[in-house]
Amino acid sequence: MTWIADVLLLIGAAFLFLGALGLWRMPDVYTRLQAGTKAVTLGSVAMLIGVGIERPDWWPKLLLITLFILLTSPLGSSTVARAARVIGQRPWRAGDAKETP
Amino acid sequence: MHIETSPINDSSLPAWRRLALATVLGWAIWTLMTGSLGWQELLAGLLVAALVSFLAAPQLALLDGLIVRWSLPWHALRYLAVFLAALLRSNLDMARRVLSPALPIRPEIVRVPTRMRSDFGRLLLANSITLTPGTLTVDLEDDMLEVHWIDVGEESDREQRTQAIARYFEDYLLEFVE
Repeated sequence: MTWIADVLLLIGAAFLFLGALGLWRMPDVYTRLQAGTKAVTLGSVAMLIGVGIERPDWWPKLLLITLFILLTSPLGSSTVARAARVIGQRPWRAGDAKETP
Repeated sequence: MHIETSPINDSSLPAWRRLALATVLGWAIWTLMTGSLGWQELLAGLLVAALVSFLAAPQLALLDGLIVRWSLPWHALRYLAVFLAALLRSNLDMARRVLSPALPIRPEIVRVPTRMRSDFGRLLLANSITLTPGTLTVDLEDDMLEVHWIDVGEESDREQRTQAIARYFEDYLLEFVE
């Protein structure tokens, strides 16, 4: 069973890495949020499932953490995106310079 | 997010319904936290959940959106499965874009109408859209969502594909939330 847990932890780490890479490669705040939120959410969930398989007695708390992440992480991103929208940030178009973070 | 009391929350749903829902939810969270099914834990959890729900009930208008019937857990679980599958697809799509040297994106903010009537339903829909392929909810104004779309694609059937962003999840969500 442990190898399944290891694979899930590895997949989680890979998606978290992709999230970081996305933050660095994407040109503006909206696209960075897109790359960041999705990858980090799935990465965390995969890791939590991996930990749940490794330590089955932890699953109730892990389940709670997972649901909490699923509910709050996209909400946080929407809030940041809305703030950008309110100050008049328009989405990046081909040809625009990449924003410096 | 723009929170506005929608008409549904002003309706005269019995107060005990909200109280019961909040108690059950709080009790479930308590039980998951303690991870024990001993009768003392369960009893203490029930009392605390009931007390907290009673005190917080006036603030919990969010729960009024749920359609309470026996099939609710089934519909909620089915939605969760659909959602997780979409999350996985979304990540593979994003990985492809991030790793591709050409960075194939064509972002635009589009307006998407929603059929969800309650705040809770809109919250779930907005979150689902954020975590699914290429879309991010930016704002919510009454029944209109503003969605950042990372690749709007070709002009031709864009209108239809815009509608589809919300409709896919709504079909599942409307089974258990208004």
